[in-house]
Amino acid sequence: MAHKRWAREMPLHLLVWTGLAFVLVFCYGPMVGIVIAFQRFLPTNGLFNSRWIGFDNFRQIAEMPDTTRVIFNTVYIAVMKMVAGLIAPITMALLLNEIAQKAFKRTVQTIIYLPHFLSWVILSGVLIDILSPNFGIVNDLLGSLGMPHVYFLGDEKWFPFVLVGTDVWKEFGFSTIVFLAALTGINPALYEAAVIDGASRWKQTLYITLPGIVPIMVLMATLSLGNVLNAGFDQVFNLYNPSVYSTGDILDTYVYRMGLQNFQFGVATAVGLFKSAVSFVLISVSYVLAYRFANYRIF
Amino acid sequence: MVQHRTIGRLLFVSANYLVLTVLALLCILPVVNVLAVSLSEGYYVGAGLVKLWPVGFTLKSYAFVAETPEFIRSVWISVERVALGGALNMLLTVIVAYPLSKEAGQLRLRTLYVWLFVFTMLFSGGLIPTYVVIRELHLLDTMWALVLPGAVPIFNVILLLNFFRSLPKELEEAAHIDGATYMQTLWRIIVPLSKPALATITLFTIVAHWNEWFNGLIYMNMPEKYPLASYLQTVIVQRDISLTTDPMMMERLADLNNRSVKAAQIFLGALPVFCVYPFLQRFFMSGIVMGSMKE
Repeated sequence: MAHKRWAREMPLHLLVWTGLAFVLVFCYGPMVGIVIAFQRFLPTNGLFNSRWIGFDNFRQIAEMPDTTRVIFNTVYIAVMKMVAGLIAPITMALLLNEIAQKAFKRTVQTIIYLPHFLSWVILSGVLIDILSPNFGIVNDLLGSLGMPHVYFLGDEKWFPFVLVGTDVWKEFGFSTIVFLAALTGINPALYEAAVIDGASRWKQTLYITLPGIVPIMVLMATLSLGNVLNAGFDQVFNLYNPSVYSTGDILDTYVYRMGLQNFQFGVATAVGLFKSAVSFVLISVSYVLAYRFANYRIF
Repeated sequence: MVQHRTIGRLLFVSANYLVLTVLALLCILPVVNVLAVSLSEGYYVGAGLVKLWPVGFTLKSYAFVAETPEFIRSVWISVERVALGGALNMLLTVIVAYPLSKEAGQLRLRTLYVWLFVFTMLFSGGLIPTYVVIRELHLLDTMWALVLPGAVPIFNVILLLNFFRSLPKELEEAAHIDGATYMQTLWRIIVPLSKPALATITLFTIVAHWNEWFNGLIYMNMPEKYPLASYLQTVIVQRDISLTTDPMMMERLADLNNRSVKAAQIFLGALPVFCVYPFLQRFFMSGIVMGSMKE
């Protein structure tokens, strides 16, 4: 009987295995490659013939002066992005929700979703141009308002905030989608009842709209927990330069430079492993929380 | 009291329209500025006179970019990558999502399979081990390095899986009773019914492959093999002009304003996304994007 069932389901298994083959080679293969973190890895010797050195790479990381700074930058930038990336779209969704004119609402939505689909290469090309201290349109504007020019991408004091600001600029529009969907799910009868009771629009927002989207707010906040060590490689890599390393260098960019530019494979893998492991714990915890409290499942 | 409330409301509504207009402009004006720069005469760009409208309209920068062999070559590599990578992504998304959309009772090991896929979203080997694997497989400097590692887009699989599950079960049962095999059911019933979802995912896949720049940068030792996104990354972000080798082109570049040329390249790099965008945008609200959010 069991045998027959296998035979009947075999076409389905074959389909899964086709996909699984790719995942095994390109996702699980690199997980085996994590052994590099415990080796003095030499590319010519390959994965298993390099010298094993135990935790020496990790010890070296702990002793490096850059480590604390990079971890601090990563968490600092990531947490600011998480908070701003939650507040901005919620506010935006509430404002859009108050617009009665469909055409205007649609137009605004169409425009603010756009930056999400442009890559950080394109956007940093745009940002490098408009934020330039010499000819950038932003500094032109500051100048005409009588304010001093700012070198946004070259000043270590400004850089983290430029990262947060431009990240919000890219994503706030697209992130409103989830909240707008939640807003349409609120029972209209609640508003009708509130109007009869004489509640103003502001009171309605405060006591019906906001509580109505609290579950999704909590859910999004929980799910974003996994990003505490994700400060956004694509963005930072395309916007930073050596003069802002002190405040803008993050774990991912550090791994890249250490590994693929200085060829310290072992140390770079160890830093990467640290990041992956911590992120894994955070993501797992956030999913468990999301499941417990919001009954959220990804599949 | 009632009067006061309506005035307040009116003020709020006007302010709201104003704020939203400003925010929408903030999203679009930087791109407009770059477009204006790309279409302006170098002299005016250099003098800082170009804001949101081209000054001394010219297509010189675009003509220059169109004649840069490195640019054109990388466009073709990107086109090839989008076609090959997109087709592979879509095929694998469909054939993986279909079995996984079954209940655990209909497919043995389903739960294990799902976890094997989902685990890769939670944990990864990291940059260096992935690079080493690609190197050991001798995929460096080949198109395969750009399309194989991400061949099964797990997130899209989950979207499509949820969509398949929302289709009426009776259709598939009826097909089975009529003697259809799993494959026939998938290609003749499930896939045709999922056209809107598949169209959305295809567009997302195309945009993702077009935009992806990092793999090209690290897996290609030779800049001649860079897709456009990686080429633009080196030229615009790293400001590396060593990729331009032809002395004639260097001379012309000196004559033009470098900023206009960069602006033209940025705009051309984003152009396919702008073209696909109206189609993409239609699907946002239709639920498929929310696929991962339901239950």
